[in-house]
Amino acid sequence: MEGVDEILRIENLHVSVDETPIIKGLSLTIHQGEIHVIMGRNGAGKSTLASVLMGHPAYVITEGSIFYLGQPLEELTVFERARAGMFLSFQYPVVIPGVQVGTFLKKSVQSVRDEPIKGRAFRKELNEAMKTLDMEKSVLSRYVNDGFSGGEKKRLEILQMLMLNPKLALLDETDSGLDIDALRIVAKGINQVAPQAGCLIITHYQRLLDHVKPTYVHVMIDGQILMTGGPELALELEEKGYDWIDVVPEA
Amino acid sequence: MSDEAHDAVGDYRFGFHDPENATIRFDKGLSEQVVRDISALKDEPEWMTELRVKAYNHFIERPMPDWGNCHSLNQINFDNVTYFLRSSDATKNDWDDVPEDIKNTFNRLGIPEAEQKWLGGVTAQYESEAVYHSIREDLEEQGVLFLDMDSGLKKFPEIVKQYFGTVVPHTDNKFSALNTAVWSGGSFIYVPKGVHVEMPVQAYFRINAKNMGQFERTLIIADEDSSIHYVEGCTAPTYSTDSLHSAVVELIAMKGAKIRYSTIQNWSANVFNLVTKRGVAHERATIEWVDGNIGSKLTMKYPSVLLKGEGAHAEVISVAYAGKGQHQDAGAKVHHLAPNTTSNILSKSISKNGGRSSYRGMLQVTPKSDGCRSKIVCDALMLDSESRSDTYPTMEVGNPTADLEHEASVSKVSGDQLFYLMSRGFTEEQAMGLIVNGFFEPFTRELPMEYAVELNKLLELEMEGSIG
Repeated sequence: MEGVDEILRIENLHVSVDETPIIKGLSLTIHQGEIHVIMGRNGAGKSTLASVLMGHPAYVITEGSIFYLGQPLEELTVFERARAGMFLSFQYPVVIPGVQVGTFLKKSVQSVRDEPIKGRAFRKELNEAMKTLDMEKSVLSRYVNDGFSGGEKKRLEILQMLMLNPKLALLDETDSGLDIDALRIVAKGINQVAPQAGCLIITHYQRLLDHVKPTYVHVMIDGQILMTGGPELALELEEKGYDWIDVVPEA
Repeated sequence: MSDEAHDAVGDYRFGFHDPENATIRFDKGLSEQVVRDISALKDEPEWMTELRVKAYNHFIERPMPDWGNCHSLNQINFDNVTYFLRSSDATKNDWDDVPEDIKNTFNRLGIPEAEQKWLGGVTAQYESEAVYHSIREDLEEQGVLFLDMDSGLKKFPEIVKQYFGTVVPHTDNKFSALNTAVWSGGSFIYVPKGVHVEMPVQAYFRINAKNMGQFERTLIIADEDSSIHYVEGCTAPTYSTDSLHSAVVELIAMKGAKIRYSTIQNWSANVFNLVTKRGVAHERATIEWVDGNIGSKLTMKYPSVLLKGEGAHAEVISVAYAGKGQHQDAGAKVHHLAPNTTSNILSKSISKNGGRSSYRGMLQVTPKSDGCRSKIVCDALMLDSESRSDTYPTMEVGNPTADLEHEASVSKVSGDQLFYLMSRGFTEEQAMGLIVNGFFEPFTRELPMEYAVELNKLLELEMEGSIG
């Protein structure tokens, strides 16, 4: 993909949690417009990768480097990453009691864009995004993720992604626990953001890929990417599982 | 307020000079003569003079409470308090003496300059007399009496005599005795039968410094099937050179009436805020206390309701924020004295930077109160491990038909919440501010809009620079 902007470059990344190595030498480059899918068993380090990219303090980089838009990522705090255009759709979005979704979205968009937002323009934008995601307006007066079903939480994550319009979208098992309709809606959101961003999608299931066309599918095993292919690899994994890859020698 | 601002409050205290031009100003300390002089100066009826003297004697005899924060209470030096100061002369301080940090806080809260000066103790009167007058005229048309307590006593001595001290007698506690002896200022309100005061009566307190006295006394009477919402105080820090504030508020809700009394107080960190607030709710009446305590050195305040008539209802929603060196000892008391009475108590407290907040509650169910229901919820949020939160609930249940619920929780801000919010572009301080505002939301939503907005802003300012 020459001539296309590089969004993210990970070089020989090693990450530990509580001194236990989780990611053991991972390299990956994402350009604008690319959708990278990472698949793998539980415990392979997929979610760790998403968290470390967003700057979670519990994860320690012991070796290697990450460049975001050409800059060393390590220098940026979590909120600076968000303001620089990184977005993580959480596997388990947290409840913020007493904070209304509408207020939260407005303040979030305001801090990421770093400019005062105009009420009417913001509402228009929000209405459109909610329409795309088939969301009820009543969501705006509910408290963030409080009493939300799994599907509602994921949809709210995607709504935030649309509103924040990231340069790098990290989606950690956003498709888990969604019914077919919700899955289609989430895919719609991803496809809307994808052309202007780099996307990294962590998933267990091939079914999301019926709606989102990946550029690359990576297989992550024991903290490393052991195999990379196109959309057909996901189908193959769905059918055969991961055992056959374990025997492939390290690249 | 930031730590710097806290420090500044200390400096501020000494930055003030005594008003040289005060025409009437008593020396420090209290005696029967001082009490009599106060009453004489106000030209009060004899019964009030005698009540003051009786209360003074009770105050002298009554020992200091042996509960709450005794250590702090015993630091109060009653001989070092000025008990009466003509309010128009009380506040002649120099605006230049007000520290920059405090002025910044005012500015960032968006408080108009004239009001800033009043809050800073520079002017006695907020220059919006016109606003006050128009509100007062509206009320007068409906037959509502709304005066400061001194004028209330002058113009309606019979009503005052009938109700004054009936809800909070001077013998109730040491500080109600003190207040009864030396009270000055506060509000007197009477709402006639069937009248609903639609607008929260609030502007008054933001513009009239008379009510900011140390020992204010408020009496609100809502006659049958009437209603009123009264708002006291404001969210902006209130700077005071007086270190002892001891108010008494009495509410009387007659049959079918409803009184809501909302307070936000943010005293400077040198102030002892020891307040007795109590209401009586007659048949089918409702009394609601919405009570927010942000500042002070020590606050001890437990808004109470006596549910005296069948079907009466009490609602007490309170929040407390205890920062560095502060102790908020607050809560609620409800006495179910009649059948089918109901009450809800919601208490929320936040402790930060070593601050301490305590919930102290009393729920009494008497044998007469068949079929009463009560729900108490206390939530505490601690923002760091140096801070402290305690709960002292007391329940006296004398009727087996009572339906009672009590929930209590203590929580800390979770790392997951902070990470989630920071991943959405919020700094750590902003994230804390959002969590804190959310925690107080059940309280904030009960406030008139402008108070809610100010409170949220204030809490956001409080969170700034609080985390290393």
